[in-house]
Amino acid sequence: MAAPGQVRRKHVTNKEKICNPEGGCTCAGQAPGAAAAENISSRRNFLKSTSMLSLNSLLGTAALMTMSDDAQANTAWAEWFQGNYRLMSDEEKARARARLERRYTREYGKAVTVDGTPPQEGVLMGYALNIKKCIGCRRCAKACVEENNTSRGKDQEIEWIRVLKMEKGEFSQEKMNQGYPEGLGIQVGGNAYSPAGVVMEGEHYYQPKAVPEKDSVYMPIACMQCEKPPCVKVCPVRTTYREADGPVVIDYNWCIGCRMCMSACPYWARRFNWSDPNLPKEAMNPVTHYLGNRPRMKGVVEKCTFCIQRTRKGRYPACVEACPVGARKFGNLLDPNSEVSRIIARKHVFRLKVEQNTFPKFFYFMD
Amino acid sequence: MDKLKKFAVDYVTYVVKGSPVFYAWIAFLCLLILGLLYGTFLHATDGLRYTGLTDQVHDGLYLANFVFLVGVAAAAVTIVFPAYVYHHQALHKVAVLGEMLAIAAVVMCMLFIVSHMGRPDRLWHMLPIIGIYNIPHSMLAWDTLVLLGYLILNFVGGFYYLYKKYTGEPLNNKFYLPLIYVSIVWALSIHTVTAFLLNTLPARPMWHHSMMPIRFISTAFSAGPALIILIFLIVRTRTRLWIDNAAIDLLATIVTYCLGLALFLTLSEVVTSLYANTEHAHGLYYLMFGKHGFTDLVPWFWGSVAANIVAFVILLTPHWRKNYRLLALACVLAFSGIWVEKGMGLLVPGFIPTPIGEFTQYFPTTLEILVTLGNWAVGFFILTVLLKGAIGILLGDIRYVATTPEMATSASAGVVTAPESV
Ligand code: SF4
Ligand code: SF4
Repeated sequence: MAAPGQVRRKHVTNKEKICNPEGGCTCAGQAPGAAAAENISSRRNFLKSTSMLSLNSLLGTAALMTMSDDAQANTAWAEWFQGNYRLMSDEEKARARARLERRYTREYGKAVTVDGTPPQEGVLMGYALNIKKCIGCRRCAKACVEENNTSRGKDQEIEWIRVLKMEKGEFSQEKMNQGYPEGLGIQVGGNAYSPAGVVMEGEHYYQPKAVPEKDSVYMPIACMQCEKPPCVKVCPVRTTYREADGPVVIDYNWCIGCRMCMSACPYWARRFNWSDPNLPKEAMNPVTHYLGNRPRMKGVVEKCTFCIQRTRKGRYPACVEACPVGARKFGNLLDPNSEVSRIIARKHVFRLKVEQNTFPKFFYFMD
Repeated sequence: MDKLKKFAVDYVTYVVKGSPVFYAWIAFLCLLILGLLYGTFLHATDGLRYTGLTDQVHDGLYLANFVFLVGVAAAAVTIVFPAYVYHHQALHKVAVLGEMLAIAAVVMCMLFIVSHMGRPDRLWHMLPIIGIYNIPHSMLAWDTLVLLGYLILNFVGGFYYLYKKYTGEPLNNKFYLPLIYVSIVWALSIHTVTAFLLNTLPARPMWHHSMMPIRFISTAFSAGPALIILIFLIVRTRTRLWIDNAAIDLLATIVTYCLGLALFLTLSEVVTSLYANTEHAHGLYYLMFGKHGFTDLVPWFWGSVAANIVAFVILLTPHWRKNYRLLALACVLAFSGIWVEKGMGLLVPGFIPTPIGEFTQYFPTTLEILVTLGNWAVGFFILTVLLKGAIGILLGDIRYVATTPEMATSASAGVVTAPESV
């Protein structure tokens, strides 16, 4: 019953993908045994690297921050005991951010800022994507990884944006009369098992020589910032919530890692940190927001936040800036003159999985 | 207070003494628990990276065992209900053993949740007042509530009964009976809420149907009593506590009905989903026949169906059901069949395909299996200890002997006079 155009690979997971410099992802289709063996060896390396790291950070600490081990322990302790960000007073929030800034600065060896800009009155962030223009180059996905400090490398690679490639499929004249059965029975047409364009059943590990490929359409997906987000409803500790200006955010320090939200999301937008993220110091983006791209820790969930660290400062999300064909539009839904509002008013727009009643603020459109 | 202290001391001294077989069993469990400790250490230091879980299939063995064990915990009601509502004599005598099983099962549930969580160190975030408890929205919050409540009910009910037996005082029925009746209803609630945990997620069409709670309960009330029958048969042969045939037979009847119902519900689901075979049926189709060349769950599914059907046939035939060797076989089959059905058969294919249509298979790693075995071992450790204590009290081996000075002198007087009377 395997329909053509629905290529599925075995054992490909986000834990095992290898990133190539072009920004695409190669699948390391490993046998389970090999994966296990590799896990073991990577654990050894990991242990080695952590001991190196702690040595480095010890030396670095003395030089850089003159912060003693005690102070480090205190920071960890204070972080562990801090309350839910949303419920903190402004002063507590500032203290929590300052604490993080110190820690990140120490860990990544550069001046890291953790911003806390609150939502602005009269703003509701919205996104619109021109599905006809997208060429499937995945520069948005790559820009997102760089901007948002997501884990990279072969042990654990996290990408918030996935671009689904959907092949055109065929609905052909020749097959018209090739159905079954002849005579009695339910008549099935010859084109029954050749889907002509498949929505939400695309391939997102495609490895083209060049994009766009012939007869393919591309549908990038990420968190849809639902107006009625099921992920928020199921979270037992309300660590994930909708901000007043639209994005659904996560207080990474409050998440207990139960992964209920991942089960609830109909768009497969959430990712889990199966281990401490692998974020090289030199590649770390030091301009962060508490609810956005600050480095995460093991055991918590993360996802797209509409680049809250940029958009609250009046900039575009990284993916919007990276898109070479201008397929991505972002703006204020409450402003009738913003680009997204005009698109929604004038173009053919649709949202994904409307039957789920999640009311995404991520719209697709075509000219 | 003194009595209570004495109860604790007597209980513990009785429980730690045992035959070589007992020690061997405990040592075996401790060995498995070592594996759990190792796994927990790795989880705590490096996260869940050594599991087979992925962003695609992010709940696996741990959550599956949790779901299954909630059912086992709830199944204590199959003893308590007939005992206290229908005054079934044989079950009434041993009803407390069911409560002990419930305690062990709930503890196992909690251990599996802790293994499953990414940040168990932050569990306190769920505590009301100092943390945030997302009630009434989050089903997980509800589940925690009902499970904790069930643990407390069974602990208080069970140990109150044992304590009264120990001291020889009569039960205060005004206190005890309401507790029992509440715990009966509560048992249904724990498994219902666990079903709601899964079936309230429309993003996972395989789970999103209203049959889930009743299916959970029917499978629970076949796997649970099956385990209880096995325990009873072991208790009968290994200890001096005799459990009447009437008790075992009634439980066997319950397993039969519930297993029949469970099979019927499985059939209904298969017909409902596969008749039209929409995209929403992909998970079930993948489970039953494989899809796109992925067939890893197929043997599990058919194996579990076969086990359940064979068990059902044995149980349905009165002549075979009364043969306790065959009955034991049927119970083993039903228990393992349902474990597979609820674990690999229900939880995992819920994630396959993912909401965007990707098929990723899930293979538990050795470490996951070690941790799972370890959690079960802790459960069986607790169960062994609890059952041993409870049986000791039921048999009268642990009994309150007052040690007030007068009593002591009269007792020693008794000892002195003893030779004369011989
Ligand atoms: S797309 Fe998923 S993660 Fe994003 S808000 Fe909606 S349900 Fe939540
Ligand atoms: S994984 Fe974190 S954000 Fe998701 S439901 Fe659990 S606690 Fe909430």
